[in-house]
Amino acid sequence: MNFEFSEDQNMIREQARGFLAKHASSEKVREILDTERRYDESLWQGIAELGWTAAAIPEAYGGLALGHLSLCVIAEELGRSLAPVPFSSSIYQVAEALLDAGTEAQKQTCLPKLATGEWIGTFACSEGNTDPLETQTVYRDGRLYGTKRPVTDGDIADIAIVTATIENQGSNSSELTLFLVHLDSAGVERQPISSLDPTRASALLSFNGVKAEPLGATGTGAAIVNRVWNRAAVLLAFEQLGGAQACLEMSRQYAMDRFAFGRPIASLQAIKHKLADMYTAIELLRSNALYAAWALSVDDDELPLAAATARVAGIQTYYQASKENMQTHGGMGFTWEFDCHLHYRRAHELALCVGNESHWKRRMVAALKETRNGF
Amino acid sequence: MDFNDTPSEAKFRAQVRAWLKQHATPKINGVAAKRKLPEAQQLQAAKHWQKKIYDAGWACITWPKAYGGRGGTQMELVIWREEVADYDELDGFFTIGHGMCGPALMAYATEEQKRHLLPRLASGEDVWCQLFSEPGAGSDVAALKTRADPCGNGWKVNGQKVWTSGAHFADYGIVLCRTDPTVPKHQGITFFFIDMKQEGVTAQPIKQADGGAHFNEVFFNDAEIPDIQRLGEVGGGWKGALTVLMSERMAVGSLQATGFPELLSLVQRLPLEDGFAIDNAAVADKLADWYVKHAGLKHTNSRILSAISRGAPPGPEASIGKLVAAPMNQDINSYAVQLLGMNGMVTDPELAEKQAHFQKEMLFAPGIRLAGGTDEVMRNIIAEQVLGMPQDKRDDKDVPFNEVPVGV
Repeated sequence: MNFEFSEDQNMIREQARGFLAKHASSEKVREILDTERRYDESLWQGIAELGWTAAAIPEAYGGLALGHLSLCVIAEELGRSLAPVPFSSSIYQVAEALLDAGTEAQKQTCLPKLATGEWIGTFACSEGNTDPLETQTVYRDGRLYGTKRPVTDGDIADIAIVTATIENQGSNSSELTLFLVHLDSAGVERQPISSLDPTRASALLSFNGVKAEPLGATGTGAAIVNRVWNRAAVLLAFEQLGGAQACLEMSRQYAMDRFAFGRPIASLQAIKHKLADMYTAIELLRSNALYAAWALSVDDDELPLAAATARVAGIQTYYQASKENMQTHGGMGFTWEFDCHLHYRRAHELALCVGNESHWKRRMVAALKETRNGF
Repeated sequence: MDFNDTPSEAKFRAQVRAWLKQHATPKINGVAAKRKLPEAQQLQAAKHWQKKIYDAGWACITWPKAYGGRGGTQMELVIWREEVADYDELDGFFTIGHGMCGPALMAYATEEQKRHLLPRLASGEDVWCQLFSEPGAGSDVAALKTRADPCGNGWKVNGQKVWTSGAHFADYGIVLCRTDPTVPKHQGITFFFIDMKQEGVTAQPIKQADGGAHFNEVFFNDAEIPDIQRLGEVGGGWKGALTVLMSERMAVGSLQATGFPELLSLVQRLPLEDGFAIDNAAVADKLADWYVKHAGLKHTNSRILSAISRGAPPGPEASIGKLVAAPMNQDINSYAVQLLGMNGMVTDPELAEKQAHFQKEMLFAPGIRLAGGTDEVMRNIIAEQVLGMPQDKRDDKDVPFNEVPVGV
């Protein structure tokens, strides 16, 4: 039984934590929170120079081919630090979609630029409906027409993957197809929109007859999104794990330092039990995320179930840890000055970005019905 | 990252499998029939099996050979348990003896006692029990009042213990007694082992809330313990008992039941008004919540085994199992009973779903949340020992035990 990260992967973690403690500190994150800046360009460059954006991309496309377990470790540290960068859009979603469905030419064009961080990618599917795949955007005669919102990192990205249906001589198939769009093309309009988590950019993208090329075969869009989101869900679970762990550490430290009734509030069972519950949920998340990381790294048949389990655990646990962290901090936790609300915001942002909790619970139960393995 | 045995683990597993195939009783259609025998027959079967594995060198795998063990590793013990679980054999009668009493003797008994008693314990000839809890000392077990007073070359014991598994058939027990009530509670406790068959020791079954009677209360009336049966220093019993409890926590058991597999199987075949239960959105939502916990515990166990496999003690995540599994098991079984509608009321095994499995589990579940550390105690342990948070204020701290306020 060797169900642990390797020494090399743990070294990557140490390096990532050290780098982010300095370059994605609370002060740095707040420079994005409190200004009009959409992301931290110098942090993004630093991350790219360390090779994190290239970590899971094959060498043939300019990557380091370190594998997805290394990427999971990096994701955990990015989540812990609240790094204000477009990592998840560009790497977990766009790079993965290109690897899954891209033509050789598409991969050669885009992946090396995503690997160096020179390009930022975004995944544009939502049109403001509860179901992120409900789509009015159409592709007609080589061009895209429609509006997407919210698109995470949409206003800072260089390329987008867009969901649309194909219109042929007036008839419209309901099958989704994915399209690759260069966002500097004519007919793209972008508009920043405010969102729950101001440390992450969010935008409205309009496509008014924008030149686009299909990514994957006609009608395979939903299947590709399914596969890509299974993979992204695992990586996001690690971001949620890192964020939840940070909340627990903040809560513990504050409870040790804060005195009420003549003693540290950390000695009160009401606080101890709250933190013990946070710890317990976090360890369950860590185990579920680790199993999903394994399934991702070997592309096991259990990936759909493991990813859905990690995703739901990530959503529930980061929410629990971020809200109880505010509660433990009392009135101070409700101030803008304290960082508690940054995690509370990020927890909600991450919970919604690739399908919400009920979406993933449906996927989990569907996978449970398929599984013939023992439980 | 993988879930494979190391080459030496694989070799050991193959040996275990080959031996079990030849000597153990297979389950018939997955049913462990021996668990349904009356208790006296179960005990006889368990002793017979224990002697058999002792003679073949598989008993108490981590104990030294000189004391009847195999001199093996923790991981070999884990492999043995995994493999034997596939057969219809009983080992529950020796869990406390092998997990707690044996290690206590190894830490504190004389060499002569160890060489005499441990092989008998390993071979199943003797059954041991543990006598810590009292009617007035549950979560606060150090508040125990059973007295041991000096008498001749030994001690005379008076008082009452409670929730003792197997006391009515045990040959020996490890017991904590108060030897000095004039000092603060932890300092006045001494650890002994006692002959359970002697005069002055009476075990009576307790009828539990679920109707069963798996535990006893034990009364001591001038029961004598020779001083040679003292384990550790006079007044050093609390520390000694804690060491034993810790070694038990480090010893990895099998996964605690969550009830999830049985619920999943039920909802896949139970028709509701709008189709099978699993296709009902409300049911599916709960199922998903519980699967997150069930899978999380299963994979946490794999993390623990990974540490053991490389010879390290399990990490602090080992402390979450009971706190997650016990309340979940209660909720799942209560929910299953609810799903059955009015049929859920029926406990007649001839009429009820799955021979009234869910009803029985639901009724027994409150006990699991209490035994071996309540949910609340487990949370305190995590907060204090894992997160390093301070103890709550204690009104009995530094107060002589006989001056500590008592309620009912």
